[in-house]
Amino acid sequence: MPRTEPVTDWTTDFDVLDEGYIEDPFPIWDELRASCPVAATTRRGRAWLPTRYADVTAIAHDTTTFSSREVGVVAVHEEEEEDILPYGLPPITSDPPLHTWTRRLLLPWFSHRRVEEYEALTRKVCTTLIDELDGADHADAAADYAQQIPVRVIAHILGVPEEMSDTFTGWVRDSLEFVDDPERRRRGNFGIGEFLWQKVQERKLEPGDDLVSGLLAARVDGEPVEDSIVLGMAMLTMIAGIDTTWSAIGASLWHLATHDEDRARLVADPGLMDTAVEELLRAYAPVTMAREVTIDTEVAGCPMQAGDKVLLSFPAANRDPTAFDRPNEVVLDREANRHVAFGSGIHRCAGSNLARMELRVSLEEWLARIPSFHLAEGAPVLWAGGQVRGPRSIPVVLR
Amino acid sequence: MKVRVDAARCQGHARCYALAPDLFDVDDYGQSAVRGDGTVPHDREEAARLAAANCPEFAIEVIED
Repeated sequence: MPRTEPVTDWTTDFDVLDEGYIEDPFPIWDELRASCPVAATTRRGRAWLPTRYADVTAIAHDTTTFSSREVGVVAVHEEEEEDILPYGLPPITSDPPLHTWTRRLLLPWFSHRRVEEYEALTRKVCTTLIDELDGADHADAAADYAQQIPVRVIAHILGVPEEMSDTFTGWVRDSLEFVDDPERRRRGNFGIGEFLWQKVQERKLEPGDDLVSGLLAARVDGEPVEDSIVLGMAMLTMIAGIDTTWSAIGASLWHLATHDEDRARLVADPGLMDTAVEELLRAYAPVTMAREVTIDTEVAGCPMQAGDKVLLSFPAANRDPTAFDRPNEVVLDREANRHVAFGSGIHRCAGSNLARMELRVSLEEWLARIPSFHLAEGAPVLWAGGQVRGPRSIPVVLR
Repeated sequence: MKVRVDAARCQGHARCYALAPDLFDVDDYGQSAVRGDGTVPHDREEAARLAAANCPEFAIEVIED
């Protein structure tokens, strides 16, 4: 992560790429919520950062005042991308009406029923990865495990070779984790775009039972979907389906590697898994999405101008004490949990059923085979952040 | 007790279906709906309250007798 000037005033000069924020944002959010619940910055353009649950969810629901046409936490202005993707990556980068029908095409691929079909594959990916650790006494729970899981499931859904997983992971990291490095971001986006464009052309000639073929076969008001929209939706599936879930799996394993009582409790009582998954999603929600202000407005007394960015920190909302008791504690059996790790409103993560299944299965398989593990002493845990926060290296000792 | 789903608020998080699949159904687009007329058997009242308390969209209403 390229270095940025360290932040000294979070209320007027915040930076989600600040190293301290990436590593430990929780005290920063607490302080902001108490003193200045909507922070401001002019770094990389004017932007706002609401930290209260009520403000984040209200903005997410007001899609007229807050557009999704630019959801990146750092502004990008790349005309060359617009040539290939005039509609961006629908539905995530679109507002109604484009959002409505593209989302409707995508949702059945990630329905409860479909996700059940992906569970056996996910479990097999997990057990194979654990087999490959081959009884080692050290491992990297992020790079050797968490990172390897969602990419393979997404490759299956998209109908692209699982063997290319490392390439896909590299592209997606370039696209999402280095948002202030335009060269790297462009490399990632072009890698994914060119590869999937090829797949779109191949599937036209030889359809399969994958998502790309499904989108090509779809008819909306009797008309086929434009190639550039099929491409955008396929790219979205890859970009949004890999880094995010891997971050949630990694952060959950990091938590269990650093909180022995929670690890032991979950091993002893697997019946806690369902509430534990939700609680880990709440506590370590990875994704921050931006909105663009469409008309001058005011939130919590802050004057927002058309064109400003608003960074919807769902992770900060999930730690708001007015919405959650003991928000900074992980309570594995928390019963009431209206967390917004998957967003709120019409852009609720289309893959949330899939992500939940992947997180649950990956934790179940890991804990069944490696019930006892802890963070290796002296080896640093590396976090990535900005758009998607999660650990990229978690050195653990497997006992 | 009865439960109701506000279809306009529901965004397909599917928490109700996960917690109480006997009380709620969810379609391929994520839209939730109550099963039958939403009547909750006595021994499922706690599950109904939990489903409501886990809906991020506040789309579930529990109507106590």
